Amino acid sequence: MHVLDLKLLRDVKRLWAQALAIALVVAGGVATLVLAVGSFRSLDETRNAYYERYRFADVFASVRRAPKTLIDDISKIPGVAAVDARIAKLALLDIPGLREPATGQFISLPEVRKSTLNQLYMRIGRGPEPLSPNEVVVSESFANAHGFVPGSPFSAILNGRKRELVIVGIALSPEFIFAVGPGDIMPDDRRFGIVWMSEKALASAYDLEGAFSSVNLKLLRDISEREVIQRLDALLERYGGRAAHGRKEQTSHAWLDHELDMLNNMSRTLPPIFLVVAAFLVNVTLSRLVALEREQIGLLKAVGYGQWTIAAHYIKFVIIITVIGIAIGSAAGTWLGTIVTTLFGDFFRFPFLVFTYSPDVYITAAMLSLLAAIVGAIRALWDVVRLPPAVAMQPPAPPHFRRVLPAAFALDSVLSQPSIMMLRNIARHPIRAGFTMLGMALATAILVVSLFTNDTMEQLIDVTYFLSDRQDATVSFVEKRPRDVVMQMARLPGVLAAEPYREVPVRIRNGSIERRIMISGRPRDADLNRIIDVDLRPVVLPDVDLAISGLLAQILGVHVGDLVEVDLLEGQRRTVSLPVSALVEDYFGIRGMMDAGALARLMREAPAMNSVNLSYDQNKSDEFYAAIKGMPIVSGVALQRMSLANFRETVALLITTMASIYTGLAAIIAFGVVYNSARISLSERARELASLRVLGFTRGEVLRILLLELALLTLIAQPPGWAMGYGLAWIMKTNLAGELMRVRLVVEHSTYVLASAIVIVAASFSALIVRQRVNQLDLVSVLKTRD
Amino acid sequence: MRDPVFSARSLTKTYTSGEVAVHALREVDLEIFPGEVVVLLGPSGSGKSTLLNIMGGLDRATSGHLFFRDLELTGLDDRGLTAYRRRHVGFVFQFYNLIPSLTAKENVALVTEISERPMRPAEALAMVGLEARMDHFPAQLSGGEQQRVAIARAIAKRPEVLLCDEPTGALDSKTGIRVIEALLTINRQLGTTTLIITHNASIQDVADRVLFFADGRISRTHKNEVRRAAAELIW
Repeated sequence: MHVLDLKLLRDVKRLWAQALAIALVVAGGVATLVLAVGSFRSLDETRNAYYERYRFADVFASVRRAPKTLIDDISKIPGVAAVDARIAKLALLDIPGLREPATGQFISLPEVRKSTLNQLYMRIGRGPEPLSPNEVVVSESFANAHGFVPGSPFSAILNGRKRELVIVGIALSPEFIFAVGPGDIMPDDRRFGIVWMSEKALASAYDLEGAFSSVNLKLLRDISEREVIQRLDALLERYGGRAAHGRKEQTSHAWLDHELDMLNNMSRTLPPIFLVVAAFLVNVTLSRLVALEREQIGLLKAVGYGQWTIAAHYIKFVIIITVIGIAIGSAAGTWLGTIVTTLFGDFFRFPFLVFTYSPDVYITAAMLSLLAAIVGAIRALWDVVRLPPAVAMQPPAPPHFRRVLPAAFALDSVLSQPSIMMLRNIARHPIRAGFTMLGMALATAILVVSLFTNDTMEQLIDVTYFLSDRQDATVSFVEKRPRDVVMQMARLPGVLAAEPYREVPVRIRNGSIERRIMISGRPRDADLNRIIDVDLRPVVLPDVDLAISGLLAQILGVHVGDLVEVDLLEGQRRTVSLPVSALVEDYFGIRGMMDAGALARLMREAPAMNSVNLSYDQNKSDEFYAAIKGMPIVSGVALQRMSLANFRETVALLITTMASIYTGLAAIIAFGVVYNSARISLSERARELASLRVLGFTRGEVLRILLLELALLTLIAQPPGWAMGYGLAWIMKTNLAGELMRVRLVVEHSTYVLASAIVIVAASFSALIVRQRVNQLDLVSVLKTRD
Repeated sequence: MRDPVFSARSLTKTYTSGEVAVHALREVDLEIFPGEVVVLLGPSGSGKSTLLNIMGGLDRATSGHLFFRDLELTGLDDRGLTAYRRRHVGFVFQFYNLIPSLTAKENVALVTEISERPMRPAEALAMVGLEARMDHFPAQLSGGEQQRVAIARAIAKRPEVLLCDEPTGALDSKTGIRVIEALLTINRQLGTTTLIITHNASIQDVADRVLFFADGRISRTHKNEVRRAAAELIW
């Protein structure tokens, strides 16, 4: 081994603490990228494989009742590869031990063969026997929420008649990865489940022998989904078909897509920021570290080593440190990626997981880190290697210190000599001080961007659950009902207020951009479910006018006062033009809202409703639930409290878990920056500090001179760090916004405080380590060697 | 008389230190002959170190000419100077300048690895009486020992000239004498032309010639008829 390489290894060993701190910064950047991209790709692959193997459909439609003979016509629509017609019905469930009413999505299973589409993955047990009409298979999440096993009984109100059912199997389906009940925003595993029954049993319960109420299609590749949907709608129209839709509007797929999108966007937003920040910090740190080697570089030149040999030596030095960081980061990122993939995989209840490790991610992260490190080293070497060795071997000429302020403002009357030293030192090295500050500011910024999701989640909860949707429960009906049902609901035990609600599916259009949404008609003076506009004020709608989600307005490119074209997809299916009069601040889905009377006139129908929002006395909830359980017209009840709890437990949990991982990595990076800044300042100023010790300064005083500068820079760096953090948070929020869910950017003061506190704790911790070093300063040797 | 190893004509060096312009060398003329031991004496800032640095290719003159045999050092670029240092010159500095992460032997090997016909590191360390300490790190050696490692490192490539800047400056008299002894032994055995800068006037007695510096010039030259042995020095 060459002597220079020996020196290299010993230098790395000697500087292990600093090398490790730098390596950790690199590792933080690398791990973030590997984790985020790795987990997203794994989950995406898993979903694709799941959809593929279990034949998830492409187009979905429901009808009131269509004869099976129609299936032949449907399969002849050009581009259709497979058709699966079945019976699908919502029904109230009565589950032993459950106070609240629950809803089952009943789906028929063909008797002899497997379903052609949306096939089941059986976890336990078997499918229902055709001759045993009370046997059912239930979805796993629902079974787990109630501790159901094969053999467990429960009952359901099918078509107004109570039926005792017994579970024979527990299954998963690609169609119900996210199972969201009627009127609900979030999955509630206790109160909503999928129930698969033999076709014969379900058909006889709903008088649908020889008919179907739901049809799913698988399309050939490269086929226009739109055309197929139009033809399907035409075929189904006379049988009471509701507008067919593609995967994009299928609830489970849309939610899954949104979750994966969010992961993907996080992987595109945070890791590049982390990686660039880490690269920058490594660059600055290594360049200072190499600059410290000035005298040794001079010596190597003096004894005859060429510039390139010396440069190569130090570049190898930074490469070793960086490679250690890349190795740690790759390992940690892979590990965290596996954890996140498993966490999300469990949450989605994927029957299996496909882990993908893409080499390109590791290579990108490694290359970027190496590049940053090498450029940092070259930047420092450039200055030192060009110096004549006689000059390099001496310490740098005394720098041009000058007064920070004109002499008239005699600082020394106000400040102590150490403070003046500190200020002059900052003024003397403005670029270095600037870089250190920028490093600290970036550390604060990445913490802010990791922590802010909590604030936005709380704001979302606040607006959704306490400002806008203030009802206690939303009761959905099996079919639309005349308006006077609201009176019946208002008389239920404990009910304090009831507001009817009518939903109509529409296509809304501006020019060539269109979306399929629901318009909900509501009483003008609705007080439970209020329209909150983008300024967070409740709004009362003028007659005939339409209020739409702020995001929908953005997508369509319309403003308040503009007209939009609306295709009504129910009843007479007309196309109308409506003025947009308010933009709604909402975070889930995109939708429209109208006055109920205006909507009824638009539909040319008598006032009707699909659901009713209620508030009720919590003390009478048992009676209320019992009454609901006995109402066959009800398909389901969404309970706001449960919904909020579920939201906190699921989506919010996933988001905050990711945020916590990122916060951890950000904290490591922050610590790395601060520690390195402190350690390198110590090395750079060891001689000066030792001289002060010789002059009689105490350890504490010397330490103060060193740390005062760091403390000042750390503090000054906080406000710009907050500003950068806010900017990064804005980028992330914008990237995360989706039609299914989005947030308003809110960063609480407490988040800034917490981010700064973490940086300050990291700084204090570094200060403690540096104090050890100052105590160990060997005064004599520092003064004697190398002058 | 033989051809000189070094010959300088009107060698001048001006540089700025901080905000002050310093005339370190003013038109120095000089010749140094093979095998000579020359001592350079003078107060701080009189130009001794600057001259030595330029002769060693560690620094450049502002004007004038300096030849090493037929090679004009004042005309070389950085690459040329590096090659010159690598082939012909050994340095000894006041503060040893050993690499702390390398042992004595490895510090010597640092130079022998890039030389054309070096001695073995052990051999070089034996010449300065350190064969027993060659696996020690600088921090485990006394000041005198470190300086002798530096000397071993300087002579291991069998340089034609050995340039020593205050080699005893940081040492007590007893160890200083051992260091001077080592330098003279090498001069005797290898015929290395040796230039020694010192503040210690008594060292001049071991030289063939003594150059007195003042204010960037050689103010006078003294030739010793009889050289003393290092052991006879008193300081």
